[in-house]
Amino acid sequence: MQVDIRIQEEAFSVDAEIARLAGVGFDVGGIGLFMGLVRGDAGLAALVLEHYPGMTESMIGRIVAQAGTRFGLMACTVIHRVGRLPVGAPIVLVLCAAAHRGAALDATGFVIDWLKTQAPFWKREEYPDGQAKWVAARESDEAAAARWDAGGPAEA
Amino acid sequence: MVEILYFAWLRDRLGRSGETLVLSGDEAPSVRDIMDGLRRRGAAYEEIFGEGAGPIRCAVNQEFAALDSPVRAGDELAFFPPVTGG
Repeated sequence: MQVDIRIQEEAFSVDAEIARLAGVGFDVGGIGLFMGLVRGDAGLAALVLEHYPGMTESMIGRIVAQAGTRFGLMACTVIHRVGRLPVGAPIVLVLCAAAHRGAALDATGFVIDWLKTQAPFWKREEYPDGQAKWVAARESDEAAAARWDAGGPAEA
Repeated sequence: MVEILYFAWLRDRLGRSGETLVLSGDEAPSVRDIMDGLRRRGAAYEEIFGEGAGPIRCAVNQEFAALDSPVRAGDELAFFPPVTGG
């Protein structure tokens, strides 16, 4: 499996990343894609993302390895941005290449659900009036990840 | 020595991103023991490692760890809030 995990401040090119996965081999039949954006809730101006260098990469690597085995992936790319990101900006990109759509789509959900609960990133919200507050973790994210333990969405 | 790291609002409240803790002799504390020691310093430490400031997670050598996990000289111990990436 081709694995590419990047934590970066810079923007990413979805087209370029898809092209890299599509080129892995002729047996790739589909690519699942999830892109997370900064959602402009309640007048939010921007999010500031920080992470725990080293642990972040190793936790995402572990999640991707599990997805690769479970769903038979041929390639997986995870790019997560850090730093200050304004409303509307892309935060995270998950691409999973597999032979068939079911595996590609399920693997994409698996990776982003586990990333949200296991990868050490933290978001701080910034508002136009200068106020800032750290985002609290949500139980619904834990539940979304836990469904994969129960055999995935088919059994949820 | 144990390298302690603080992230997100823990770092903001403490005003530092980390510190070095010297273990004496053959001391083999648990994560909970170290948290108790930090809490006894008072002020922001007491707020964070006492009750009510908010849930805290920890990692030993970049692996999520439980409160009863042992901490040894040379380890990296990190404290942070539940993660909110993605």
